[in-house]
Amino acid sequence: MISPARSPFTPAFLDRSRTVAPPGWSRWLIPPAALSVHLAIGQAYAWSVFKPPLESSLGLSGTMSALPFQLGIVMLGLSAAFGGTLVERNGPRWAMFVSMTCFSSGFLLSAFGVAIGQFWLVVLGYGFIGGIGLGIGYISPVSTLIKWFPDRPGMATGIAIMGFGGGALIASPWSAGMLSTFGTDTTGIAQTFLVHGIVYAAFMSVGVLLVRVPPEGWLPQGWTPSRAAAKPLVTTADVSARNAIRTPQFWCLWIVLCLNVTAGIGILEKAAPMIRDFFSGTATPVAVGAAAGFVALLSLANMAGRFVWSSTSDLIGRKNIYRVYLGVGGLLYLTIALAGDSSKPLFIMCTIGILSFYGGGFATVPAYLKDLFGTYQVGAIHGRLLTAWSVAGVLGPLIINAIADAQRAAGRSGPALYTTSLYIMIALLVIGFAANELIRPVAEKFHERVPETPATR
Amino acid sequence: MSDSRMSNDSRTLLMVLAWAWVGVPFAFGVYELVLKLTQLFAG
Repeated sequence: MISPARSPFTPAFLDRSRTVAPPGWSRWLIPPAALSVHLAIGQAYAWSVFKPPLESSLGLSGTMSALPFQLGIVMLGLSAAFGGTLVERNGPRWAMFVSMTCFSSGFLLSAFGVAIGQFWLVVLGYGFIGGIGLGIGYISPVSTLIKWFPDRPGMATGIAIMGFGGGALIASPWSAGMLSTFGTDTTGIAQTFLVHGIVYAAFMSVGVLLVRVPPEGWLPQGWTPSRAAAKPLVTTADVSARNAIRTPQFWCLWIVLCLNVTAGIGILEKAAPMIRDFFSGTATPVAVGAAAGFVALLSLANMAGRFVWSSTSDLIGRKNIYRVYLGVGGLLYLTIALAGDSSKPLFIMCTIGILSFYGGGFATVPAYLKDLFGTYQVGAIHGRLLTAWSVAGVLGPLIINAIADAQRAAGRSGPALYTTSLYIMIALLVIGFAANELIRPVAEKFHERVPETPATR
Repeated sequence: MSDSRMSNDSRTLLMVLAWAWVGVPFAFGVYELVLKLTQLFAG
């Protein structure tokens, strides 16, 4: 099992052994600890607030001003994939502390960079260092939540991952308000970054202090592992992260996540122009303000889907919920493609469904991993699986944008700009559906060996 | 924050404070989102 040895570089306060919950510690204190990290790092999706002021004050192009965010997302994927084992070994408090330190110091370095007119320091600070904070922070509470809520892992991870969506909702108006107070010149942006660094450090530190791991052998009252194992696909065995990536189940799930995210992110990234283009030829075209409202509605659907669908997966099973995400998601895409611009409410309802499934796909995947590979190194396995997100983040917008541009160049307008993309998304969802159907329980040869003699310590 | 056994009162207080710490900013974010959402029906 996980080595109890502590790294010489880890302060005692952060050590896993110091975070074991005392008697009477409520497991309902763990979701707010997780949320204090996820609500903070979710700020990443509000980076666009800083783009126009950075461009005007430092003379940057749109591509350049997007660099810190893009590097941040790349670092999120890399640090989650490669740092997952460290997170499992050192425990959630260590991981949350590293995340807090990287994320807030990234802002502080960016503040310094803007103040002295050196944009590369913003890329290094927010993108590289802050990005490590994103990746480690994203996976930091997953394993702990699953251990505290073995009876409802979907709901528990759904709360945390909903927080990542909620982080941008908080940061977007907050950052914009601060920029209007401090100003959008280099001094104002530097002060805004400085305040962000300090406030996020304070906000995340509550999670660092609050998080606890359950004592060895702890189980919720009246619940036994055999009750969960009675469900199909749910194992009581443990699979290491190293072995997990050798199983077909991991790669099937990688395809499922990648294609589900691709289908959702394509719409999310282009929501405002898409709804305007779709109904441009009708008697009631969509105004700019209404399109912004549509984007807000999709954000709400994305966030709500993370909690609602992930919690539902605890009742109907992980494989079934992904059948819904991929199967019903494909039918919703088909409805949009066939209905065209005939009904605005129908278009809105379908996109709400698709975006709720997109969020649900993210939030349910840690519980699916727990079902297949056990709790042993589920955080590290989740980190490796998040590389699917990085691929989908490129694939989804690329498909939608490239096809819309090509159709526009060919003189088309309205729904015709997107019809081909919609059918491609349906095909991707069908492939994802098939990959989900191929998932079977993990072969015994990948399971960790159970000691033949009882532990003596 | 002590790891020692806590009384029921302090446990309840900690629970309320912990959820308020994350709940209040989250409610602010959702409120701002709802304000934007109204533009969909106004436009």
